[in-house]
Amino acid sequence: MTEALTAYGFLAPSLLLLGTFVFVPLAGAAALSLQRTNGFGDGVWVGFDNYVRLFGDPVFWRATLNTVLFTLVVTPGSMALGLGAAVLLNSVLPARGLFRSVLVLPMAVSGVATALVGVLVFDENSGFANSVLRALGLPAVSWQSGGTAAFVTVVLVTLWWRTGFNMLIYLAGLQGINRELLEAATLDGAGPWQRFRHVVVPMLGPSSFFLVVMNVVYSFQVFDIVFVLTGGGPRNATTVLVTYAYDNGFVVRDQGYAATIGVFLLVVSLAFTWLRWRSSRTRDLVG
Amino acid sequence: MSAVGSPVPQRRRRRDRWLPARLAAAVVIALVTLFPLYWMVVVAFSSRSELLGGTLRLVPRELTLENVRRVLDAFPVAAWVGNSVAISLTVAVLSVTVSMLAGYAFAQLRFPGSTALFLLTVATVMIPLQVIMVPLFRIVTSMGLFGSYWAVILPTAASGFGAFLARQFVLAIPRELLDAARVDGAGHLRIFRSIVLPLSRPLLAVLFFMTLLASWNDLAWPLVALQDNALYTLPIGLLYLQGQLGSDYGGTMAFALITVAPMVLLFLLAQRYFVEGFSRTGIR
Repeated sequence: MTEALTAYGFLAPSLLLLGTFVFVPLAGAAALSLQRTNGFGDGVWVGFDNYVRLFGDPVFWRATLNTVLFTLVVTPGSMALGLGAAVLLNSVLPARGLFRSVLVLPMAVSGVATALVGVLVFDENSGFANSVLRALGLPAVSWQSGGTAAFVTVVLVTLWWRTGFNMLIYLAGLQGINRELLEAATLDGAGPWQRFRHVVVPMLGPSSFFLVVMNVVYSFQVFDIVFVLTGGGPRNATTVLVTYAYDNGFVVRDQGYAATIGVFLLVVSLAFTWLRWRSSRTRDLVG
Repeated sequence: MSAVGSPVPQRRRRRDRWLPARLAAAVVIALVTLFPLYWMVVVAFSSRSELLGGTLRLVPRELTLENVRRVLDAFPVAAWVGNSVAISLTVAVLSVTVSMLAGYAFAQLRFPGSTALFLLTVATVMIPLQVIMVPLFRIVTSMGLFGSYWAVILPTAASGFGAFLARQFVLAIPRELLDAARVDGAGHLRIFRSIVLPLSRPLLAVLFFMTLLASWNDLAWPLVALQDNALYTLPIGLLYLQGQLGSDYGGTMAFALITVAPMVLLFLLAQRYFVEGFSRTGIR
């Protein structure tokens, strides 16, 4: 009994803060999603009207599609780059420490600064990217006014920003792999690729699982880069659910609708995590 | 070491064959990673005429401080730096404390509802700020926090991820150590302070640094919570400044450099502990 009281005492600051600033607002958002609002005043209860409107809103579908696309590209992309870099920088190499330091450096840079460098590099007229293309005799790309090109810039900038984190986690995982296991595989005649495919990758399972969850959670919530680099444009080509919710909540001030988008996003994230967790548990049981 | 046998030298020779290729790959990746930062520095220190004239070179011919001076003259940069320092340090200290306390309870204590509370705590990681920001804004306003640092500090001071990492770390502390202290009559607060905290130094460093970094670089919530120019943190200031300067990339990059430099330097200095602590926190 005293142990329980002690435990609640230790938990009190965390629960108080999370309760006040996450769970109460979350309940508020759920309630708000059932209201029609006008500015910051009180809303009118309208049942599921906002959800009905959501499913008929083309911008919402565009934002959903963009969020899913972004997730499907950035999650495997940053994990593959991170794994490649980790394997490379875990091998014998001169100045290995320096290379590692350089690769994780983007982690220290804010999303705003990262995105602004992206604006600078991908400026259609004066940007470095188009200068290089022109110097190579290739046509310049409309990085800002072309929808697909703008989406590509968001992905490229994000990959630059996120690869270091993925590498860091994989490096930690690689250092936990038993050397004897690799030597045993070599003695059994496994080549480098076979060792990588059948020893290293499976042994990195926990790192990969952690990274899939972290990258998907990040991708569903991507805000800084999109907000600053493209603002969701051109013509919603890079709008994601989170920026669309922000626009509705604080620009258009259609707060009930903004909350509805948020609730949808949250339900999808929770469903994904649950599925992922369940599938990994079955795999562990089988393996 | 003197053990004979051809496999070792042979393998070494085979590795050496690939060394130039690996080194080349590492150099290319490093250059790609460094280029945007390098370009930020070049533009920050290039004159306006060169930027506008499109005559900028990969290796600039001359550098100037005019962008930095212009930005420092026109914007309250010192105040923004002060805001960022005050807010991120407070958030980091609070967050580490709160996470460690919670982590200890989840790892070492038995109490009704522990699993449910732990899952709820961790699940907060999955809640995007944009889902809750409208009601959160109302709560912060009704608590009278709006217009002060606390409007940013308190909502970001508790972290589900931090509590999760703390729990993992405390779980890895040998039980006998804690049981022995208990037998000697130490209470939980005492055990927490004199055994768990000293043993958790690598984790404390990781948590402190991660939170400091996240808070220093945070955009979404400060963007909503800080609407008074004088209270801006650096990222909000940077965004505001860019809006004012428009296509004056020199000025924008000069200030971007000011906002980024402290954390990049700190990151380079603290990296050793950071990476080490990260691999010891049980994520892998």
